[in-house]
Amino acid sequence: MAALALPVIFPLFMMILLIIFRSRTFARWAGIAGSLALVSISVYLFVRLDRQPVLVLQAGGWEAPFGISLVMDRLSGLMLLVTSILLLAISIYSVSFLGKERYGRVFHIFFFSLSMGVNGAFITGDVFNLYVWFEVMLLSSFVLIALGCSREQLKGSIKYIALNLLGSLLFLAGIGLLYGKTGTLNMAHLVSSSAVFFFIAFGIKAALFPFYFWLPASYHTPNITVTSLFAGLLTKVGVYALIRFFTLFFVQDQEFWHNLLLMVAGLTMVLGGMAATSFYETRRILSYHIISQIGYMVMGLGIYTPLGIAGAIYFTMHNMIAKTNTFLVAGVISRMKGSFDLKQVGGLYKQHPFLAFLFIVPAFALAGVPPLSGFFAKFILIKAGIDASRFGITAVALFTGMLTLYSMIKIWNEAFLKKPPEKGEMVHAPLRPGIFELVPSVILGLVSLLMGILAAPVFEYTMEAARGLLDPSLYIETVLYGGKP
Amino acid sequence: MRTGWNQCNTGLMEIILAILVGVLYTAGVYMLLRRSILKFIIGIIFMSNATNLLVFLAAGIKPGSPAFVDEGATAAGLADPLPQALVLTAIVIGLGIIVFILALKYKFFEATGTDDLDQLKSTEE
Repeated sequence: MAALALPVIFPLFMMILLIIFRSRTFARWAGIAGSLALVSISVYLFVRLDRQPVLVLQAGGWEAPFGISLVMDRLSGLMLLVTSILLLAISIYSVSFLGKERYGRVFHIFFFSLSMGVNGAFITGDVFNLYVWFEVMLLSSFVLIALGCSREQLKGSIKYIALNLLGSLLFLAGIGLLYGKTGTLNMAHLVSSSAVFFFIAFGIKAALFPFYFWLPASYHTPNITVTSLFAGLLTKVGVYALIRFFTLFFVQDQEFWHNLLLMVAGLTMVLGGMAATSFYETRRILSYHIISQIGYMVMGLGIYTPLGIAGAIYFTMHNMIAKTNTFLVAGVISRMKGSFDLKQVGGLYKQHPFLAFLFIVPAFALAGVPPLSGFFAKFILIKAGIDASRFGITAVALFTGMLTLYSMIKIWNEAFLKKPPEKGEMVHAPLRPGIFELVPSVILGLVSLLMGILAAPVFEYTMEAARGLLDPSLYIETVLYGGKP
Repeated sequence: MRTGWNQCNTGLMEIILAILVGVLYTAGVYMLLRRSILKFIIGIIFMSNATNLLVFLAAGIKPGSPAFVDEGATAAGLADPLPQALVLTAIVIGLGIIVFILALKYKFFEATGTDDLDQLKSTEE
């Protein structure tokens, strides 16, 4: 299955092109064209997945477990698909938001290297290779977050880098110990421990309680395009790694780990949600929200029934789409009003009803209003919680749902309904958002809507993915014994 | 006689390396907790070296038997080349990251004129 290398090779190719051709216009269009190509690659792989539930590529022709295997199962397939849709939306969005910036071209180079890292992390079947992809992703995000080189951004980026580097070091130490104990690093070949290292390392990447402080300290500083990109992808790769590790090979001491995961999930949800209510700056509210929503994903993992894992996967997909979308709309709001501060904006509903509609879709999706994706995601998780008699976490999840609704209503009231404040409104001439600003939100909003309307087939698919995760015999057999193309 | 000497030496070497890893981690954590960014970077260097040694050590040390063998020789008793390859990769990645944060620190100093992490507090507010 040589095509399996495309999600990582293609972005590399785009990076090289962008380094050679130094025109900003070229970078812009290459960004969109490249993302479109990535969408088609992931759709192609997704379709192939139907015929053969686990795709394997043994890189360099070295057989597993000696070489590095690239493995794609249903979970990876879904993640790749959602990632590529996000990348497309953000590449369109960047045209207007980075158009005038000096560093527009650099953004696109690292946009592709970030997507290479994320895609690689999703399809690798080797623990050390996962570390390498994490580093690719991290270094690109380091560059992106410090891109503007303003005071605020440099401050934010140092905090961001500090904790994430620590996470990487722990990850590497965990790999070393794992290898020392088992003599292998192929995920299909491992059944082992050192779980604490990986839990902390991925906990930092996923912004779980108590490791989440880097996220709100840094996410509001870079250009909004960069923030949207991070919001949709980075923490979710951490969640993906947690799901992959804790289903595939950290299977001892389940009682302890699941209780710990649920406890951490509950605290993450509530603290993130509560912190979000105390701010009046859209990016900060939304950043704390990312944390709160990570709690739901980990809750599904902690419940550890097929339904729970399916809920976690569904929720992750829904969240990647809807969360990025809210950031995109927040960017447009600030563009029109010149501020991210809710106290200084207002009256947008009258000024631009369509934008209001575009905000309502992801906001209601996040809050869990029925026809949208979030409702089904939360419904599955809560049903899984009740079925597994995990009533504590279920109650916490329901309570956090209200906090989410409150924050979303706050943004809605302040930015759209409230009369615009007297002063400051005319400081920035109101701009009409153009097509490059609205189209990405339309795309992502449609995906949220579709995930809600087509909830049954999507759910069936995530359920299949979850069953595949909980009973990894097929995964293991394909990687170790049937991996020849 | 040669193997006997090697075994004794391996045990001692492992203990020394294990202590070294511990010392490096301790020093690294101490430096990370300081307020200066430069000290933070030194801490990261300590910790990444400690981690590299740990990976190397966890896989076991075998002196005097390199992984390059003649054709037809058995692999038993040879040093495992994989952890060495891993550490090599990790060292390269670590170097890249340290160069990047040093550059960032320079930019940071240019922008703020300080090296003190306490001056960063204003981003939280």
